[in-house]
Amino acid sequence: MKIEILGMGCPKCKKLTQNAQQAVAELGIEAEIIKVEELDKITEYGVMMTPALVIDGEVKVAGKIPSKQEIMTWIKEKNN
Amino acid sequence: MNNKLKVFIILGGFLFFYFLPLESISFRNPLFEALAMLNMYAREHVIFSLIPAFLIAGAIYQFLDQNAVLKYLGAKTHKVLAYFVASISGSVLTVCSCTVLPLFSGIYKKGAGLGPAIAFLYSGPAINVLAIILTARVLGWQLGLARAIGAIIFSVIIGLCMHFIFLSEEKERQSNGELQFGVSKSEPDSRTGIQNLLYFISMIGFMVFANWARPQARDQSLWAFIFQYKWYLAIAFVLLFIYILFNWFQKKEITPWLESSWSFTQQILPLLFLGIFFAGLLLGRPGEEGFIPSRFIATLVGGNSLSANFFASIVGAFMYFATLTEIPILQGLIGSGMGQGPALALLLAGPALSLPNMLVIRSVVGTKKTLVYITLVVIMATISGMIYGNIIN
Repeated sequence: MKIEILGMGCPKCKKLTQNAQQAVAELGIEAEIIKVEELDKITEYGVMMTPALVIDGEVKVAGKIPSKQEIMTWIKEKNN
Repeated sequence: MNNKLKVFIILGGFLFFYFLPLESISFRNPLFEALAMLNMYAREHVIFSLIPAFLIAGAIYQFLDQNAVLKYLGAKTHKVLAYFVASISGSVLTVCSCTVLPLFSGIYKKGAGLGPAIAFLYSGPAINVLAIILTARVLGWQLGLARAIGAIIFSVIIGLCMHFIFLSEEKERQSNGELQFGVSKSEPDSRTGIQNLLYFISMIGFMVFANWARPQARDQSLWAFIFQYKWYLAIAFVLLFIYILFNWFQKKEITPWLESSWSFTQQILPLLFLGIFFAGLLLGRPGEEGFIPSRFIATLVGGNSLSANFFASIVGAFMYFATLTEIPILQGLIGSGMGQGPALALLLAGPALSLPNMLVIRSVVGTKKTLVYITLVVIMATISGMIYGNIIN
């Protein structure tokens, strides 16, 4: 599973990264967490509000920080 | 660190402190001014403007649905509407300066196109709530209002100019893909729209009345009447605010709101106070002198001549201002004799452009469009300055 965090390095992106890491750890799954900081690539996803969370190429949230529980639900949906 | 460098640093430090002209007035005065300026901001602006402003900014980020606004900047939106939304949406979308460039890039490549993207880029930094509140409070409501109106009107003009200059290219360019807003839905508000509105009004109301300016002597108007009772009014709004928080909000909504406000504070406050320090050091408080002599400022950007406005626009376009620092710097400049027109010109060209963000803009739209944009910004800021300067005089 590929989890991408989109954001140009603002404090909110760090918070989102933390939440994603915790979600992955708690579920005990194999997932790669990648930070995407280039403006070009962020725009490629059609995302305008950062931070954003992309799971396996699908934009899950843009412009706010989802909670650990929310991220866990999305991961589970993907795995089913 | 090698030995040579150590010797150099120690020797340099010794010479610096040896020759430090502590006794000289022209050295002591700017240092005193820098501290006095910090003192003035800490006393006058922190409690009644900055804290409420950060709370409002946090609330906008947390409780307003930004995506509802962003929808109107998509590729299918009617062009007139897109320009209109782009020019004013900065007020709710760009609380944090780091969001301006992704939005610009998104609107250009996936959304409504070059014109609206440029309109957003120009007006965004000027009309975010923090900038408007602090400009009005520190530099006066006239300049605050002129800044907001100037930014909105001229952003549309600059956007349209860009659109028509690059018309053929824009027609060929196909917008590829769609804007993504994510699948996450905000939880439905436990409050009605009117309750949300009252919540914002209670914060804004407190700030407006707590900062109500002293009327001129023997003024019998409503202004003076309100001034007399301003604290009762301000406290009434605080009580309303507390009532709303306790009755209409859940704890899990309040925490993220305070976290957002806190994150804006961390990002903006340190640089702002550094800016205040240097504004004091170089320019002094209004009426006092820092390192840069006042007559020098007055010669360059005093009055309302074309050259003064033009010079202010050029300097503003290239200089980098961290969020909000343009305000203390402008305060220092106006105090040293800068005219009102050039002040507006600098306020418009300044935060909209800087050398670092020119480079990012260039990477998104290319060299030619960036150069045209810079030229348009300088011209429009100069014109707005001239117009405003003439109205004020």
